[in-house]
Amino acid sequence: MSGGGGERGAAGNEIAAGYEPVIGLEIHVQLKTQTKMFCGCPLSFGDPPNIHTCPVCLGLPGALPVVNARAVQYAIMIGLALDSEIAPRSLFHRKNYFYPDSPKGYQISQYDVPLCSGGRLGDVRIHRVHLEEDAAKLIHVGASGRIHGSDRSVVDFNRCGTPLVEIVTEPDLHSPEQAHEWLTLLRTTLRQLGVSDVNMAEGSLRCDANVSVRPVGATELGTKTELKNMNSFRFLEQGVHKEIERQVTLLERGAPVVQETLHFDPVSGQLTALRSKEEAHDYRYFPEPDLVPLLATEEMISVAAEQVPELPADRARRLELELGLSAGSARDLAFRRELADYFEAALAVADAGQAVAVELSKWIPQLVERIGSDADPAASRVSPAALATLVTMVTAREVSRDAAREVLTRLVAEGGDPREIVEREGLGALSADDGDGLPAIVDEAISADPDAAAKVRAGNDKAIGPLVGYVMRQTKGRADGGEIRRLILERVGQP
Amino acid sequence: MSELIELSAAEAAAKVRAREIDPAELFDAYRDRAAADRLNAFTWVADSAPDSEPSAEAPLAGVPLAVKDLFCTEGVPSQAGSRILEGYLPPYTATVVSKLLSAGAPLLGKTNQDEFAMGSSNENSAFGPVLNPWDRGRVPGGSSGGSAAAVAAGLAPWAIGTDTGGSIRQPAALCGIVGLKPTYGACSRYGMIAFASSLDQAGPLTRDVTDAALLFSQMVGRDHRDSTSLAFPGPTELPRAEDLRGISLGVPEELVTGAQDGTGIEPGVRESFEATLRIAEGLGASVHPCRLPHAPHALSAYYLIAPAEASANLARFDGVRYGLRIDGDADLETMYSHTRAAGFGPEVKRRIMLGTYALSSGYYDAYYGTALKVRTKISEDFRTAFADFDFVVTPTSPWTAFELGAKTDDPLAMYLNDFCTVPMPLAGIPAISIPSGLSDGLPVGFQLAGPAFSEGKLLDAAYALERAIGFDGSEVRR
Repeated sequence: MSGGGGERGAAGNEIAAGYEPVIGLEIHVQLKTQTKMFCGCPLSFGDPPNIHTCPVCLGLPGALPVVNARAVQYAIMIGLALDSEIAPRSLFHRKNYFYPDSPKGYQISQYDVPLCSGGRLGDVRIHRVHLEEDAAKLIHVGASGRIHGSDRSVVDFNRCGTPLVEIVTEPDLHSPEQAHEWLTLLRTTLRQLGVSDVNMAEGSLRCDANVSVRPVGATELGTKTELKNMNSFRFLEQGVHKEIERQVTLLERGAPVVQETLHFDPVSGQLTALRSKEEAHDYRYFPEPDLVPLLATEEMISVAAEQVPELPADRARRLELELGLSAGSARDLAFRRELADYFEAALAVADAGQAVAVELSKWIPQLVERIGSDADPAASRVSPAALATLVTMVTAREVSRDAAREVLTRLVAEGGDPREIVEREGLGALSADDGDGLPAIVDEAISADPDAAAKVRAGNDKAIGPLVGYVMRQTKGRADGGEIRRLILERVGQP
Repeated sequence: MSELIELSAAEAAAKVRAREIDPAELFDAYRDRAAADRLNAFTWVADSAPDSEPSAEAPLAGVPLAVKDLFCTEGVPSQAGSRILEGYLPPYTATVVSKLLSAGAPLLGKTNQDEFAMGSSNENSAFGPVLNPWDRGRVPGGSSGGSAAAVAAGLAPWAIGTDTGGSIRQPAALCGIVGLKPTYGACSRYGMIAFASSLDQAGPLTRDVTDAALLFSQMVGRDHRDSTSLAFPGPTELPRAEDLRGISLGVPEELVTGAQDGTGIEPGVRESFEATLRIAEGLGASVHPCRLPHAPHALSAYYLIAPAEASANLARFDGVRYGLRIDGDADLETMYSHTRAAGFGPEVKRRIMLGTYALSSGYYDAYYGTALKVRTKISEDFRTAFADFDFVVTPTSPWTAFELGAKTDDPLAMYLNDFCTVPMPLAGIPAISIPSGLSDGLPVGFQLAGPAFSEGKLLDAAYALERAIGFDGSEVRR
């Protein structure tokens, strides 16, 4: 298990009891190149309409496309990150359809010979990865903002021709939650590659899902539907959930699932049919005669490979195997690069070195909880060195975990050195060596609850709870639970 | 004035360089003739020469140029012979045109053509047919008919056109001038309104072979805006050959001797062709039959591949961004269909339908896929032939110029015009047509085709033949 949330795979399917959902994803990723896929216009988002256009991306008569070399490099990097085969020779095709967002009347895309084939990310096999161009943006002018009921529609060509990579998975996902989790891994991977903003709200990451269900144990796939427009992780999960529910309801009624394309409306939560198989476009693909075959040379592939950093799944594996972290916390760190970076920075300066790795990994969520789940810990007041010091103090029993949590809260609020805070606030751990400190409080606890002490002495371990609790309250959490137990047992004289 | 017109373009350039003639005067002489055009050869004529006087040192030395309307020219109507682009003013200029302008050839005018280069008679233009200067009741050929007629009639010293299946060579033949279709990739296609992208090539239409070589030398070169363009190997020099010693010519049985019904070569054309072969032998060439076994299928393959590409290339003419738009207030489908119904002529519609069908799911393999295989076979045929022969020679067109309207009701008969010119673009190889004489007072074209990038040799051979033939087209320039 190197990512992709297998253990959550079967969760959340109470609606589908007796059925296994089968989900494949088609993900469109806008590449973060300087210029468009086939012309020199800059990429943009949110600029005034139609200012980043030229004869090529407007589809003016006589204009010709030229492939963006950087986009090819980024696509190869994605292919390498997903363990795909990079085709030494791939082709661009024309995908023909009439719509105002397609100024040439066709989209240049890869068809039967894509740049990357096969591969795997986490638990999910990759079918293919190919390059294409984005369409223009239609804006429906009028009260509704939607195509129905609008006064007119206008076209903004700024986005037209933005390089896109389409990633198609095999149908290896089996729940909406798993789809969500896997897409998160993909996003992290792409972000780490630095090839895309991967922002679903801005459309630089878009996801369609192919969904079918089949009776548990069946080997044949059921009829699939395609869900479009799930432009957030939550909508993806909701949309797929809704569709599984719909298909199961149909099958339970003995009605067939019809192959069609559905649009998910996040406002109403409803799925509406866009077109059925019979109405499906015949795109009349044929090789784009304006472009020569795309030759990915060994040199291009090795240059791209140099740009591929350690990826989340690999990093998680390393944290797990080399540092002994649990699979879960290794993934939680690795899948958010800033957390893993912070973790490794702290580990590097920790006096005790790798010995504190597991403890340190448990403190990152504590920190995240205090600074806000979307914040980058590197931008907080808590330096990696400060956290390293605090965690080292915990493992050396110089401070109890409860007290350390208090110290962390203070570090988040005001920064500083944890040792100073412990000193100043008197939060240092009370221990047996503290003379009349901790041992005195333990004695106090025993005399305050002689019944419990007697039970413990008689060998009933469960009876120790109230005694420990008493000491904890009295020391305001400064004493370590284990140390308290040890002292109590010593004092009551359990054999 | 008339002496100016009698100069070939290369001669005029030499005289401009020698300061013997004033380029402004030269421009005006042609401008006046183009403006008084009775052949409908021009769709637009420049008001005046460009403000900046061309440098006498420039390679083309101020000799004005007629440009087929298929080329985009910034701020100048570029309508591709189509109603759907009526009045369209592009914001940029085609690479080939800007190369020629900066080489010192001012833009004289835009020439009429078959709509989107689809036709062999120029009768498919939305702006009316072009008339053949040798007989105004006849067609000039197509699709670059305006360019051919303008050069033949002395309305322009030289012109450029485009050739997809014969659109430079066939009108050159029917008008008694020289037309060169270069190797695919030799000239940039950027800014040339696309008909069939894998076949389209720009080339010169000129009074003689020297003019063709001079104009061609300024057109070639790799263009970073056209991924299919290539650097032209070696310098392009003016032709000098005095004879054809050591040159072997292959006469393909399938195109020339195997005269089937309908594809048969007219007796007068065959006579002129045979006479030219004797002249070639007289110049030292060896002439033998050769085989192009798949050439008879070229026309069928061409009429699948070209329409297939055209069906996609012409999809951009949808009324959304430029050009004609009908019922803009109606719903999208209505606007699309009314715009395209009104904007495209019947031949263009026929080819869009053909191409759409050939690419359709379930038919692709049988039609487009098979055509691509035939295309490969034809390339192999030529490769085999060029192992034994320097050039393959045929009559350019099976017929001389035919009467206006004679073939408009029979598209298949019209397509047969291209029987001898279609195999070369399918193989991407260069071919030139030169006038070989008259048949019943109408010009006949002789075609030589060579391996890719053999233009230098091809022009040399054509030059030697041209001198020996001694064709005189001056009567139609009066």
